[in-house]
Amino acid sequence: MSKRKVKDVHRPIGECITQVQQILRERFCHQQLPDRPEGLEAQYKHLLELLRRSAIQGESNSVLIVGPRGAGKTMLLQCVLRDLLQEKEAQKNLLQVHLNGLLQTDDRIALKEITRQLNLENVVGDKVFVSVQTEYYEQILENKTAEKSPGDRSSSRPVLFVLDEFDLFAHHKNQTLLYNLFDVSQSAQTPVAVVGVTCRLDVLELLEKRVKSRFSHRQIHLLSSFGFSEYLQTVRTQLSLPDDFTDRGFAQDWNSSIQTLCEDKSVEEALQRHFNSSKDFRSLHMLLMLCLSRVSVSKPSIKPADLLDASRLCLCDAKANMLHGLSILELCLIIAMKHLNDVYEGEPFNLQMVHNEFKKFLQRKSNSMYNFEQPVVMKAFEHLQQLELIRPVDGSSAKTQREFQLMRLMLDHSQIMEALQKYPQCPTDVKQWAMSAFG
Amino acid sequence: MKYFTRPRVKREYRWRGKPLSFNRKLKTYDYGSLVISVEGLPRPTIIIPEQHILIEGDDEDNPYVAKVIRLFGDESGEQMKAVVQWFVRVSEVPLSKLKLLGREPHPQEIFHYQGRICDDEVNVESILRPVQVKHLDSATPFPNSDDKDTMYVKLSWDSKAFRVVDSALVESACEPASPSSQLPHAVSGVETESLHSATKLSASKCLSTKRRNLATRTPGVCKKLELHTPEKKSIIGEDVVSQLLDKELDSKVMLAHRLSSSPPQPHPVTHRLTPINKAHRSPVTQGTIRLKPSTIALNRLPPSKMNRPLLSARENSTRATNPSQRKEPQTIKDEDPALDVIAEEDSKSSPVLLVAATLRSSQRKSALLVSSRIRKQLNLLDNQQDLNSDGEDEDEFVPSQKELNGCSEEDEDDGEEEAGLDSEEEILVKKGRGTTAVFRTPRSKQKTHSLTRTPRKNPNKKQIMPGTPRTPHQATPSIPCRSLPTRQPANILEEARARLHVSSVPESLPCREQEFQDIYSFVESKIIDGTGGCMYISGVPGTGKTATVHEVMRCLQHAADVDEIPTFHFIEINGMKMTDPHQAYVQILQNLTGQKATPDHAAALLDKRFNNPAPRKQTTVLLVDELDLLWTRKQNVMYNLFDWPTQRHARLVVLTIANTMDLPERIMINRVASRLGLTRMSFQPYSFKQLQQIIMSRLNKVKAFEEDALQLVSRKVAALSGDARRCLDICRRATEICEHSTTNPSATGLVGMSHVMEALNEMFSSAYITAIKCASMQEQLFLRAVIAEFRRLGLEEATFQQVFVQHQALCRLEGLQPISVSEGLAVCQRLGACRLLLLEPSRLGVLQRVRLNVSQDDVLYALKAD
Repeated sequence: MSKRKVKDVHRPIGECITQVQQILRERFCHQQLPDRPEGLEAQYKHLLELLRRSAIQGESNSVLIVGPRGAGKTMLLQCVLRDLLQEKEAQKNLLQVHLNGLLQTDDRIALKEITRQLNLENVVGDKVFVSVQTEYYEQILENKTAEKSPGDRSSSRPVLFVLDEFDLFAHHKNQTLLYNLFDVSQSAQTPVAVVGVTCRLDVLELLEKRVKSRFSHRQIHLLSSFGFSEYLQTVRTQLSLPDDFTDRGFAQDWNSSIQTLCEDKSVEEALQRHFNSSKDFRSLHMLLMLCLSRVSVSKPSIKPADLLDASRLCLCDAKANMLHGLSILELCLIIAMKHLNDVYEGEPFNLQMVHNEFKKFLQRKSNSMYNFEQPVVMKAFEHLQQLELIRPVDGSSAKTQREFQLMRLMLDHSQIMEALQKYPQCPTDVKQWAMSAFG
Repeated sequence: MKYFTRPRVKREYRWRGKPLSFNRKLKTYDYGSLVISVEGLPRPTIIIPEQHILIEGDDEDNPYVAKVIRLFGDESGEQMKAVVQWFVRVSEVPLSKLKLLGREPHPQEIFHYQGRICDDEVNVESILRPVQVKHLDSATPFPNSDDKDTMYVKLSWDSKAFRVVDSALVESACEPASPSSQLPHAVSGVETESLHSATKLSASKCLSTKRRNLATRTPGVCKKLELHTPEKKSIIGEDVVSQLLDKELDSKVMLAHRLSSSPPQPHPVTHRLTPINKAHRSPVTQGTIRLKPSTIALNRLPPSKMNRPLLSARENSTRATNPSQRKEPQTIKDEDPALDVIAEEDSKSSPVLLVAATLRSSQRKSALLVSSRIRKQLNLLDNQQDLNSDGEDEDEFVPSQKELNGCSEEDEDDGEEEAGLDSEEEILVKKGRGTTAVFRTPRSKQKTHSLTRTPRKNPNKKQIMPGTPRTPHQATPSIPCRSLPTRQPANILEEARARLHVSSVPESLPCREQEFQDIYSFVESKIIDGTGGCMYISGVPGTGKTATVHEVMRCLQHAADVDEIPTFHFIEINGMKMTDPHQAYVQILQNLTGQKATPDHAAALLDKRFNNPAPRKQTTVLLVDELDLLWTRKQNVMYNLFDWPTQRHARLVVLTIANTMDLPERIMINRVASRLGLTRMSFQPYSFKQLQQIIMSRLNKVKAFEEDALQLVSRKVAALSGDARRCLDICRRATEICEHSTTNPSATGLVGMSHVMEALNEMFSSAYITAIKCASMQEQLFLRAVIAEFRRLGLEEATFQQVFVQHQALCRLEGLQPISVSEGLAVCQRLGACRLLLLEPSRLGVLQRVRLNVSQDDVLYALKAD
């Protein structure tokens, strides 16, 4: 038919793979916004309406977006902002200030940041930096009205405050920043929209009563209430290539391979396990990213085995993995600790006790192992402490000799057993010692 | 130049001459003048009635300004008093009121004080020295002078509003015989002014002028004098002084002009004034008095006395600064044919001007208004105004208005724009000059003076002028104005929503009548008596404490406006808006006087202010919101706040607001609590009927809610907190829900029960149960494991390790693959982040202890319903 189409089909496979990697990585790692927030239509509409009213009608509002981690709070907000700013009227008016509770750890830093983001610093000049301790709430938050008549709701530009990790702001002294923001939002001053983003469900209980009273009590809950079928659908759409992919033929092949992947029984099981564990999209992205990294020119599609491998990688136990890297001596010490834990029901132990237990094992059962010098054992013990497989009991001070410092084991029995199973060339008597009920 | 204000040296006050009259009733003698002799100064200062003086006050740098009306003493001669008319400095006007001015006040500006209740009798011992006060036309710009000894009066201040002051009030009385009779040629206002002061021969004036004389003596003086007085060679000493003064002023104002007119003109137009008779026109070229722009500042002398300099509308140098003068030409009767020429020229260029005028007038309505008013006035004076002048009049006036409003940026734009116009005009001027000198009649028709305009370059003059930097624009950070206007509410629901916003101030506050009355009468009585007092107001958030106090203040302010009660200052501070309790002093001081100081200094100043008697003191009403935040260990902030009202001269009323009723007993030490006194008031939470009434009054006949829906909201809120803010927020949310749900046409469009219910659910229902329902399988299992472990232990706390054992067992029971420890920890952390569980720091790993943050029943309910 047309030459161009024929040309399209014959794109080199390497180029296609590069593009696939690029597109999908953007989705998984760069938090690329979807066209529409899936399953959050009601919340999306609510927030968009609210912010639009603030931007266009100059109405002051305050709202909290609450939901567990990875539920799409920030994605929702960003989608709303993106769509809001496409409206010309809103784009011209709205000023934005983005704060993060992890970065702005106290009110002074937050104020500086607000000043910076509102471009007020050129007016305030070095004042902000010279005499921050004198209060600038008046100037920064209230100033807006100082010069204007009371009916200025219509005259000054609305400001959108986005407070990420909102709960951390509630720990600031006296909650001054929150009080002032909410107070402005409840008085006929500059229109502000305060959007708090948090994962704490009890965030309102953190607010002081007068701050709470000034908050409008609007909360948008993002609770991922979708089922497994939606989850599977998300996986499929996340992996699928868009229609406008340059090489149509490749895209069709890829999409059909994804389709078969998702229909695979074992894959479904693995995904079900992930779904049961968490509905967090971030962990899903991690899983898919691991699959994607196995795609290459020689293997231009995701096979079920890839996904299963990735899933195993995601779900495997971190501590048990660490045990694989230990020496036999260290492993033996861990086993001795496990026996001590069993005998003394979780009471803390010290190096001497562990060493004694180890020596008992050597005398009675061992034929492949021999005793180590005290310093060597000590060194191994310290290595375990460095790996945080054991940690000193809080109360015991550093004054006590190291041999007698009380320690606790940070591992569960199941982890030890799992590690032993996989440990390469583990002596049989050690294995047996570990499995025996009493040392 | 600094004042030598405080009499550090010995000063002696005595009457000069015999008493003029004796008042039998009061047994007082009136005197004609007062002599103040200061040690170290050769000549005594003489104060006579109608002279302006400085009176010692709180602030050493800014003594009070007043005009002596009468001097009198009692029989024994011990008491020496003066009756004065006060003037108010900028710093004495409350900051909030300064905004009424609509422009930046000049530092040397004072206002004719017309307020009531103000002791106008002062001891003569408090008189420092005379001062020069000049009256300026309200439209005239201030002379750009940093001479601290001259004050300028434009407006009067009656503690509520600024009014244009009649020049006669300020200056007329001190005007001696017409100055023009002493100077043969027409002189500018400055000269007349300084002349009259000179002719008055008051010793004080001599003193001050001499001082200035020394300061301003420049080599160019002699030449200057010659230029000034070509027809009169013999100049009396006072004249020299005055003209020197004149020159000094002149140079500064010229400078201002240079700054204001954008590009330096190659041939600047300079103007000369000559009397109308033609005999004087011949010597014009060698030595006329150049009419300096500075003189404009003084052109407010009563027309009858003033040799009004009249300038052409097209004059370049004055145009930016002096609008009042600019509009003159159009209003003047064209008597001379030469003027007609110009008028014709005018009409040619008028289209351009008109366009400019309309452009600008559309920008600023207020300017239009003012200009139209002025035009009306001018119409009265002169009927022969042609159409052309209309447009131009507007055109000329607008920029000045802008100047007053302090819109500097726009000004610059305009400046450039008009500079373009100017160059056109300049050509016209030259043409006009080519034919003949232009004659104009001033407004007062008894005396006619003409002006001759000759464009002349004066390089010397320019060299003298140094570049003065523009006074820095006051740096207050502010949010830029929005570029697009707000949209108006479109439908009834939006309207209702706007009305229900907490920020929209209602016309009246319903349901707080009793409290309102109590506070009102408390404050009112204190203001009327001129005493002080404290009041403590408590109540849970959202019960209208601050709103009621503000309402009281609005009413009192209104009462003060209509002269029912004396005027007062109202200051508001909020404990929450300060980073440190000691900032309270700074804020109070700043609100009171506009000064900025460190907390310690501010405290000292306030202490001085409230502890010392001072003339002209208003009652200050101080509202302290969120009082509990002002707590310090020594409680000195609170102590001071409550101690000042008890001072005799303080006249301070302190209203404090906090949430808890027993705050004074709980956190205040005895001496503070005792000073706070027992005037307490507590705001009860609103009952459901009150809440309903509040919503109804806010909605004000906008029918958006069903009756039942309102009742439901108010009952629900009243049962929970009685917080009016909550109530309003719920109603607003309900309108939104209603708006979104009215897709079906059958709905009435009113907010009904269902919408309100939904809103209530959204706001009040806890999210825990839904959160548990929406949690993932493993999370739910973990919660069950936690409960199972708690039951096993009989405790409300377990370590993760213990719970995890249960979790594994549950997994097997449910037929799920057991999860690893890391996975289990991740699940646990997620629940902890939502605060469904309370956890120890995560570094403890499997040893961390776990608690439930929800009741076990809630968890089981949520899991069962699944």
